[in-house]
Amino acid sequence: MIELAGLTKRYGEKVAVDRLTFTVRPGVVTGFLGPNGAGKSTTMRMMLGLDRPTAGEVRIDGRPYDRLKDPLTSIGALLEAKAWHGGRSAFHHLLCLAQSNGIPRGRVHEVLETVGLAAVARKKTKTFSLGMGRRLGIAAALLGDPRVLLFDEPVNGLDPEGIHWIRTLMKSLAAQGRTVFVSSHLMNEMAVTADHLIVIGRGRLLADTSMAEFIRRNARSYVRIRTPERERLLDVLHEAGVTVVETLGGDVEVADGKAERIGELAAQHRIVLHELSPRQASLEEAFMRLTAQTVEYHAQDETPAPRWGADRRKGN
Amino acid sequence: MRNVVRSEWTKIRSVASTVWTLSLALVVTAALGMLVSGLLRHDVGRLGPHQRLAFDPTFAAFAGMNIGQLAMVVFGVLVVSNEYSTGMIRASLAAVPQRGTFFLAKIAVATGLALAVGMATSFAAFFLGQAMLGPHRASIGDPGVLRAVVGGGLYMTLIAVFSMGVAAMLRSPLLSLGILMPFFFLISHVLGNVDATKRVGRFLPDQAGSRIMQVVAPADDTPYGPWAGLGIMVLWVAAALAGGYAVLKRRDA
Repeated sequence: MIELAGLTKRYGEKVAVDRLTFTVRPGVVTGFLGPNGAGKSTTMRMMLGLDRPTAGEVRIDGRPYDRLKDPLTSIGALLEAKAWHGGRSAFHHLLCLAQSNGIPRGRVHEVLETVGLAAVARKKTKTFSLGMGRRLGIAAALLGDPRVLLFDEPVNGLDPEGIHWIRTLMKSLAAQGRTVFVSSHLMNEMAVTADHLIVIGRGRLLADTSMAEFIRRNARSYVRIRTPERERLLDVLHEAGVTVVETLGGDVEVADGKAERIGELAAQHRIVLHELSPRQASLEEAFMRLTAQTVEYHAQDETPAPRWGADRRKGN
Repeated sequence: MRNVVRSEWTKIRSVASTVWTLSLALVVTAALGMLVSGLLRHDVGRLGPHQRLAFDPTFAAFAGMNIGQLAMVVFGVLVVSNEYSTGMIRASLAAVPQRGTFFLAKIAVATGLALAVGMATSFAAFFLGQAMLGPHRASIGDPGVLRAVVGGGLYMTLIAVFSMGVAAMLRSPLLSLGILMPFFFLISHVLGNVDATKRVGRFLPDQAGSRIMQVVAPADDTPYGPWAGLGIMVLWVAAALAGGYAVLKRRDA
């Protein structure tokens, strides 16, 4: 179990993490979702006692991180950034971590076996590929057989096989009753991995909900219609009192639950339909909408230039 | 604490930089000492009786330390700053969140190793240098000689530990080396030999500490003896370590 209470991190004026309060429970995979720069990595570093919170606290199984005796046996973490010396072998990297927490040497061989690095255990880690590096990080996280596991963007940049492997691993760890907390900026990745969701944007908590609830609440259903007689159909729908959303491609969208009625209306007025299909908006889209207001670096929309002009006019 | 020391020992022995910096320190110091001693062997014979008295065969054998200590600087810097430049520090502190324990164990292990190599270097430089000096050689049993040779080992060790403290403060290996190398190679000597800055310069760590390697005290007005000089160096080292610990304790990893 991980408990955050009012966790805050400020860098000068900038607030990276803003009064986060939530609990990560054992037995399920909890997804930690947010756009890039939302404060996920900072939050995770504070969970591990690497960064000092400006305010608030984190408790791992009821204790602050630096009060844990042999912390690797309570919590293991895969950080996004590389955390090993490239000139050291995988074996020695894991061995020095194991020794610091009184973990027997045999366990090093075990985890190397588990992640499939036993054959390259004596090689310098700088020769490792991205996927192998990720496996080494996971080996380090598993080393102390901890009850709590953190994974920061574990599938980023991996090939499909690696992604599948990590996904299966996280689910099996949760099934063993462990607390699994995994961050990502990809909603679709979370949708297939996580049972519970915590969404943050600009350091603030936006949602703390089960995945099923998130999908039910956010996955907008609609009916998509394609027709060569677009104007006539729009008139008919308008008369019938059906609210219509027109899309960029010229297709017509109507809120859910009306597919039959639209089919009947079209038949009555002898309008040809090329498509009439009930659909679900993607979770990625729902996530984007949820975080839209809080995203820090917008790509191009909302250029502030006209605003400056307005301000200047006001000033004059 | 015992576990953390074992862990740091594994770390230090499993990277190549430890081996090459320390062996370079030994080889360079001893080889240059031999070279200089060999060259001096002929010159000393031509000296007058007064100058002959001022000749210090022990210190002559330590002529290579000026260069050899730079390898010790690199060793000290890399032991600490490698943690930061490689990202290892995050794994290290997640494993040992008690930063005081972590720092103490790391410095203790690296210091122990530097002491062993420093002593070996000093004794090797002494005996090889004396062999080259032939008839003008000093014996380890002569007054003050053993003190100077042991002192040479301590000096090499303290140079390494001072570098560890500075690296812990600065974190970046390039920045640390960029400051320490020219300082010990050049600036300190200039400050210690130019009249205007001499008074201050001789309180610099290497200037003060190297006094212990001299058996024949040079005729100047240096206000401290060999052990007091080493004491001044120890104060510098303590300050560097305290600064390094304060930075580690306070800053995010």
